[in-house]
Amino acid sequence: MKKLLAFILAAVMTASLCACGSSKGGAEGSTSAKGSSAAGEAVAASDIKVGCIMIGDENEGYTEAHLKAVEEMKKNLGLSDDQVVIKTNIKEDEGCYDAAVDLAEQGCNIVIANSFGHESYILQAAADYPDVQFCHATGYQAKSSGLSNMHNFFTRIYESRYLSGVVAGMKLNEMIKNGEVSKDKCKIGYVGAFPYAEVISGFTSFYLGVKSVCDSATMEVKYTNSWASFDLEKECAEQLIADGCVLISQHADTTGAPTACEAKKVPCVGYNIDMIPTAPDAALTSATINWGPYYTYAVQSVIDGTAIETDWAKGVKDGADAITELNDKTVAEGTKEAVEEAQKGIEDGTLHVFDTSKFTVGGKTLEELVESGDKDATKLKDYIKDGYFHESDVESGMPSAPAFTFIIDGINSITK
Amino acid sequence: MDNTVKEPLIHLSKREDMSFGKKWLVRIIAILLSLIVCAGFIFIIIKMNPVEVYEGIVEGAVGTGRRFWVTARDALTLLCVAVAVTPAFKMKFWNIGAEGQILMGCVASAAMMIYAGNALPTGLLLVLMFVCSFIAGGIWGIIPAFFKARWNTNETLFTLMLNYVAMQVVTFCIVYWENPAGSNSVGIINAPTRAGWLPQLFGLDYGWNLAIVLLLTVLMFIYMKRTKHGYEIAVVGESENTARYAGINVGKVIVRTVGISGGIAGIAGFILVSGSSHTISTSTAGGRGFTAIIVAWLAKFNVWAMAVIAFLLVFMQQGAIQIATQYNLNENASEVITGIILFFVIGCEFFINYKLEFRKKHSA
Repeated sequence: MKKLLAFILAAVMTASLCACGSSKGGAEGSTSAKGSSAAGEAVAASDIKVGCIMIGDENEGYTEAHLKAVEEMKKNLGLSDDQVVIKTNIKEDEGCYDAAVDLAEQGCNIVIANSFGHESYILQAAADYPDVQFCHATGYQAKSSGLSNMHNFFTRIYESRYLSGVVAGMKLNEMIKNGEVSKDKCKIGYVGAFPYAEVISGFTSFYLGVKSVCDSATMEVKYTNSWASFDLEKECAEQLIADGCVLISQHADTTGAPTACEAKKVPCVGYNIDMIPTAPDAALTSATINWGPYYTYAVQSVIDGTAIETDWAKGVKDGADAITELNDKTVAEGTKEAVEEAQKGIEDGTLHVFDTSKFTVGGKTLEELVESGDKDATKLKDYIKDGYFHESDVESGMPSAPAFTFIIDGINSITK
Repeated sequence: MDNTVKEPLIHLSKREDMSFGKKWLVRIIAILLSLIVCAGFIFIIIKMNPVEVYEGIVEGAVGTGRRFWVTARDALTLLCVAVAVTPAFKMKFWNIGAEGQILMGCVASAAMMIYAGNALPTGLLLVLMFVCSFIAGGIWGIIPAFFKARWNTNETLFTLMLNYVAMQVVTFCIVYWENPAGSNSVGIINAPTRAGWLPQLFGLDYGWNLAIVLLLTVLMFIYMKRTKHGYEIAVVGESENTARYAGINVGKVIVRTVGISGGIAGIAGFILVSGSSHTISTSTAGGRGFTAIIVAWLAKFNVWAMAVIAFLLVFMQQGAIQIATQYNLNENASEVITGIILFFVIGCEFFINYKLEFRKKHSA
């Protein structure tokens, strides 16, 4: 017995010694890969290294969309697997700074982070590593930071939300026509994450999409105060349905709301991913972001040695936003045509989602609010011109992050 | 009638004769065995070369200078909390409220940074933050201690509940401090001025974290082993009646000890906010208040052993992040590995404390 034990011990010790020895070799290998290029200097595609920082992993819709974008970028630019380092489940705390610095030290030329709360840590890392390009999704501080290697990006998700709103509006019209709901009772429920600009801008564009086809619709918004919580979202949707909402939409990352809708057979519009598998009898479509064009653009810029735009926001026209497959089982007749028409309008610039003649705040248009010296409107007065609100309009110098924070008439936002 | 009592197959007896060297031999064997079982898990379930995965863990935890310091920083914070819970547990006061005490320290530090950040000189500000965090954490400890001393309330429930109260306090503060509005987060506090951030010491980013925690650890060692207070704590822990008989004011000792315990947890909060995260959220404490209890118990309240265990635990955590990235493994895989190792380490204490005796064959 003793001999056997001694033998096992010896074997384990040799094995662990081997492990220690070879791990040193690994460490040297990774440090020698260091040496990143300054902005403006081209890097061969085969030498480039891309680092990604993700809030979740493939089990969470928002990050899943980003991971898909990374794959798309890899395919477009012909990068191999070991040229991309993805750190998943990085929380919005100092761990994010640690991750960013670790990626920079591993020799990444560009680091892309995907969650709003990562921004200040990425800024900190960008200041420490001026030779590495840092890109941050949904943030707003790149411009004001004055750092040339810090960039923000977003998409014009409000455009696809508008389109999904058109789908919802068509459905409401059908329900009114069939006598399932009366015209004055057609109320939509919206499961929001936080009462924050990104969410407010999102539900406003959705509602304007609905209104463009079904004028009598009203909307009630409830918040879960969490970006991704299945239980809270499900419960929130159930409360909205109990409150008399006849259609549900969401700006939160899980399938909680569609699950509630499927059980109650209430039509719903999802976010991020196709909800048809979750709610085959309830889902109409979902508004989605395709981050692929940006990932490809940003990495391509580093390869070419060209500067990455400080703020980037593209929309439906460039394939950065879309709605998922229409659910033939649930959508109203003529939906496809209506969506196509609206999409055409957005693409050729004849249709502006935040057209100020289409909505009022407290009975006044945005222009009237600015004139009357309203505090919120004055703060955003640069956005309000040419008859529409220039949301994420980077071409005319606006930040990529959403800024629309008005609660327009017809929407009841319940923050309590 | 068969009158013979049936002797069980295995029977346990307490043993107290194991030598120091033998005890450590058992522990080392346990760790080695755990590594073998982990290797089996890695090989059979995730079909990978275990040596490579172990390499990844080492690489991720201490592979580069910076990674080493990140690991050290987190280990120091964990050690600080473990040191904090020690006196209370030694007194058999089941303080599972360290999480809340840390958070209150965080709140005090963050409040000072936000409201006094640009008004006071750096040195004075840091000293004030340190003191306020100690007081805030201390108060959070004294509340349940006072109730325990006065009305003999259940401190386990009381301290546990106070964790949730502390989280709500943080949530409440975030509403006032959130930046930008509506984002539900505070963002990095004083990013441009770095007011209230622990500066470098000896050229090390986390030099102050190291200095403060090591100093606290040494002081706690002396306090527990060499002072009258430390002795009183041990006596109250062994038997309150004995303590009372010996003329110790039990209530006073409880309130004082838990106050110190909470205060040091508050300092851990200060170190977190000022020395590493520079922000505050309900997850700033990150479960350290609970993990630290495991650390303290595993180390049998020996502060030096705590340092080793805290480092090992954080080592595994940091390694976990690396293998998740490198091998595309979910982080849960590494939690399984940590779990297996902990199981063996805790399990081996059983064999140190008890002897197994098998039923001997009776010769008629």
